[in-house]
Amino acid sequence: MYIIVVGAGKVGWNLARELLEKEHEVTVIESNRRRYLTVEQELEHNVSYGDASELWVLERAGIQRADMVIAVTGDDEDNMLICQVAREKYEVERIIARVNNPRNKPHFDLLGIKPSVSATDLILRLLEHEVPEYGLVHLLDLQEEQLEIIEMLLGKDSGVTGRRVGDLEMPEGSLLISVLRDGKGFVPVADTVLEVGDEVLAVLDPGHEEQLKTMFGPSAGNGG
Amino acid sequence: MFILIVGCGRVGSSVARGMLREGHEVSCLDEDPESHARLEVGLDKGWEDLGGQFTVGAGLETDALVAAGIEKADAFIASTDGDNTNIIIAQIAQRRYNVPTVIARILDPLRAEWYERQGLHTVCPTRVAIDMLESAVREGAPRGDGPSNGSAEAA
Repeated sequence: MYIIVVGAGKVGWNLARELLEKEHEVTVIESNRRRYLTVEQELEHNVSYGDASELWVLERAGIQRADMVIAVTGDDEDNMLICQVAREKYEVERIIARVNNPRNKPHFDLLGIKPSVSATDLILRLLEHEVPEYGLVHLLDLQEEQLEIIEMLLGKDSGVTGRRVGDLEMPEGSLLISVLRDGKGFVPVADTVLEVGDEVLAVLDPGHEEQLKTMFGPSAGNGG
Repeated sequence: MFILIVGCGRVGSSVARGMLREGHEVSCLDEDPESHARLEVGLDKGWEDLGGQFTVGAGLETDALVAAGIEKADAFIASTDGDNTNIIIAQIAQRRYNVPTVIARILDPLRAEWYERQGLHTVCPTRVAIDMLESAVREGAPRGDGPSNGSAEAA
């Protein structure tokens, strides 16, 4: 794949290095001359000097044939603009934008810039993952497809432990897809009995989280 | 009309004064509290005394836009010193707040041209300067003494 990375900060530089190791063709565009010279010592011809919000700079980098544009500058407006022109003017199939200030996330969504990644969100998810009592972990939001995958840890007082998967009244639009037990994952069948300490993965339509949380969480009681 | 101007530099502040003088309601939003002073250049009364509004905040901040009155704005002018900021906030005014008249100042002619074609009303001072310089040169041409003019004079 031909990938253009905009911004040679820590994120952009390391991203470029990884992508090159995976044998993709990469151009990093950096607008700060000193930073460019530093990064150029390692990445050589894979880094280009210029302001990527100037259309001719993008064209010089070959945006017309790019399969993916990743905008990871420290400026949200720049990231939005670059992704917008990449997709709408140059018809680049895939874009990824970095959100520096999570409060700008709605603006990215408004302009249809997806996916957009914010470090704050990632850390929050990591936190949810590392601190299981937080309840339910969003593993993936498939916004386009209107699906989410969540992970739930079954505690001692979970209402579903000791029950057969086949007997659970799963909300419509949700499905258990995997159980992680003792470090191994398997796909549950109707006869699978859930145990304390299981981590279950469910795919669901957005909006069913609360129902699942109630059902699998400590407050479920025995009603199911 | 209620006019919201984001970016209160030389251009923004002059437009703000002009619009206020014409009897419109004018609200300005700028990150820099000092830019308030620019609004009052040449005025004999304070900006607020004349009915103007001024809010400190960034154009991307929803709270600041709302405080500055974007929800009731009839016109929105994006005139910060950043092209990309102007392009993004103008689209926010258009799409999120449905402001009827939205204008973005874009210095880069290439970006201005493309966004104009996407339906954004843009003003490109650089383009205006280029056109003026070119026509000034053309008008001045008969007086020139370059090789192509020599034959023109002879004719």
